[in-house]
Amino acid sequence: MEQIQLMGPQGPKPKQTSVSRVGVYVFLVSAAIFFCIPLYVMLITSLKGMPEIRLGELFALPGDPSFAAWVKAWSEACSGVECNGIQTGFWNSVKITIPSVAISIILGSINGYALSFWRFKGSNLLFGLLLFGAFVPFQVVIFPLIIFLREVGLYGSLTGIILIHTIFGMPIMTLLFRNYFASLPDELFKAARVDGANFWQIFFQIMMPLSIPVTVVAVILQTTGIWNDYLLGLIFAGRDNLPMTVQLNNIVATTFGVREYNVNMAATILTAIVPLAIYLLSGKYFVRGIAAGAVKG
Amino acid sequence: MATSTKVSIPRRAKRVQISSLLASTPMAIVAIGVFVVCVGYSVMLSFTKSRLFPNFNWVGLDQYERLWGTSRWVVSVENLLIYGILFIVLCLIAGFFMAVFLDQKVRFESGFRTLFLYPYAMSLVVTGLVWQWMMEPSLGIQNVVQRMGWSSFEFAPLVDPQYAIYGVLIAAVWQSSGLVMALMLAGLRGIDGEIWKAARVDGIPTWQTYLFIVLPMMRPVMITSVVLLAVGVVRVYDLIVAQTGGGPGMSTEMPAKFVIDHITARGNVGLGMAAATMMLLPVLLVIGPWIYREYVRPAKH
Repeated sequence: MEQIQLMGPQGPKPKQTSVSRVGVYVFLVSAAIFFCIPLYVMLITSLKGMPEIRLGELFALPGDPSFAAWVKAWSEACSGVECNGIQTGFWNSVKITIPSVAISIILGSINGYALSFWRFKGSNLLFGLLLFGAFVPFQVVIFPLIIFLREVGLYGSLTGIILIHTIFGMPIMTLLFRNYFASLPDELFKAARVDGANFWQIFFQIMMPLSIPVTVVAVILQTTGIWNDYLLGLIFAGRDNLPMTVQLNNIVATTFGVREYNVNMAATILTAIVPLAIYLLSGKYFVRGIAAGAVKG
Repeated sequence: MATSTKVSIPRRAKRVQISSLLASTPMAIVAIGVFVVCVGYSVMLSFTKSRLFPNFNWVGLDQYERLWGTSRWVVSVENLLIYGILFIVLCLIAGFFMAVFLDQKVRFESGFRTLFLYPYAMSLVVTGLVWQWMMEPSLGIQNVVQRMGWSSFEFAPLVDPQYAIYGVLIAAVWQSSGLVMALMLAGLRGIDGEIWKAARVDGIPTWQTYLFIVLPMMRPVMITSVVLLAVGVVRVYDLIVAQTGGGPGMSTEMPAKFVIDHITARGNVGLGMAAATMMLLPVLLVIGPWIYREYVRPAKH
């Protein structure tokens, strides 16, 4: 994970102003355009009015840019019979994401710490099972979890969906912290043990302060992951707590007569803004989070 | 679970051992309760006649027979294979090229990198909806190009059962190829600079060095990329729901959606669980031995 830190380019030294040099830029610029188009289309569509959209000029800049569609998407758009806009979904996502991220990181860091320094009989097997959990398709465990949550009365509740995100976040969080702690020098731990520090003292006083960088990675990984989740929110959150992604899809799927593409695209942007902002602000940490998914010992 | 060893250990050490076990309890509950018991329960239900609610009327392999006799399932599996193979191959090729071209000491490298990776930060629902809009037959890209004078131009895959899966594929590759780029670029930066000097001394063209020397050295990165992409392929659900809803017809149905539909709206848990078990099988066969070899067995020493 640490090696991911981007050093300078190490490729062959480029020959100055050659045809291949131009080729490199042509490729990169065309790729950049391809990647930008959806964002560009999303943005300009959301700033147009419906008459302008019906002209069929998908790529044309809006003649009279207006945020009316954004306002409508936020507070008036209908999903099903309710017409309160996507704001309900936004706040639901906030309510789901914050506790889920916090709890899964706390548990993941304790797990990783215990697995790195306090191995007990069977701890490797537990970790193996958890790792297997990182690859299991959700579909295989969803139904038993529905039954279980129904039995304990948490199905379709905020607590329920937070519990579910904590469960599904545990494998990757544990792995992330385990790999990080494993990379720390052993002497650090041994010295503390010799001084008589116990399990929790070492965790809180030595390991936690040291794990700030990896915690940042974990926060980014979990926040974007949970914010972008659709399936789990749809099934476990319940009617009153549907996250933003689910509500977005409902708004777009709800059609009374005319489809308002500008409102749909505004709602889409609003849903994408949070992870996009995290991505732009976090830079290299985001890439490190991706590499954390790259399972290795 | 773990008990303290028979060798007498100092009292303090023993107490510490207990807090470590205590701290590992949530992990043990999830690892065993969810990833063993729940998985086992699902597999068990696949041998029963469960409809809306689970029951234990054993029917042996009936559900599996019915599953493979269900055209929607067979089509879903075919779709997944086409989509999955093309998705992984295209992401690897696109990601590799982007990484190599970015590694040429270009200007604005970090700007390009940011642009190539941002879709990966967005949800698949967002991805699906944006591409659905751009592939709209009468107002989308097709219309724009036709009005520019190329009247026979066709690009509305989502309304054509034959091409819908490729429409989904484009969106998926757009969303995920940046991931491969990021991993590969990190891999390229990790390659010993001496390689380049040696290749230049031997007069090997740059592209050959990349293809025959660097690419084979990047095997671990490739494996990582394939694993991450493959996990995404098996799980593909959100993108389908947002972009096509599985249609037109059954042309973009996927196994993940088959399972969800059968345990919710269709109320056929037995069949859904048989399908889920079929999804688990390849994961178990590929990932199981690997996890055991890498993580569980080294415990012995």
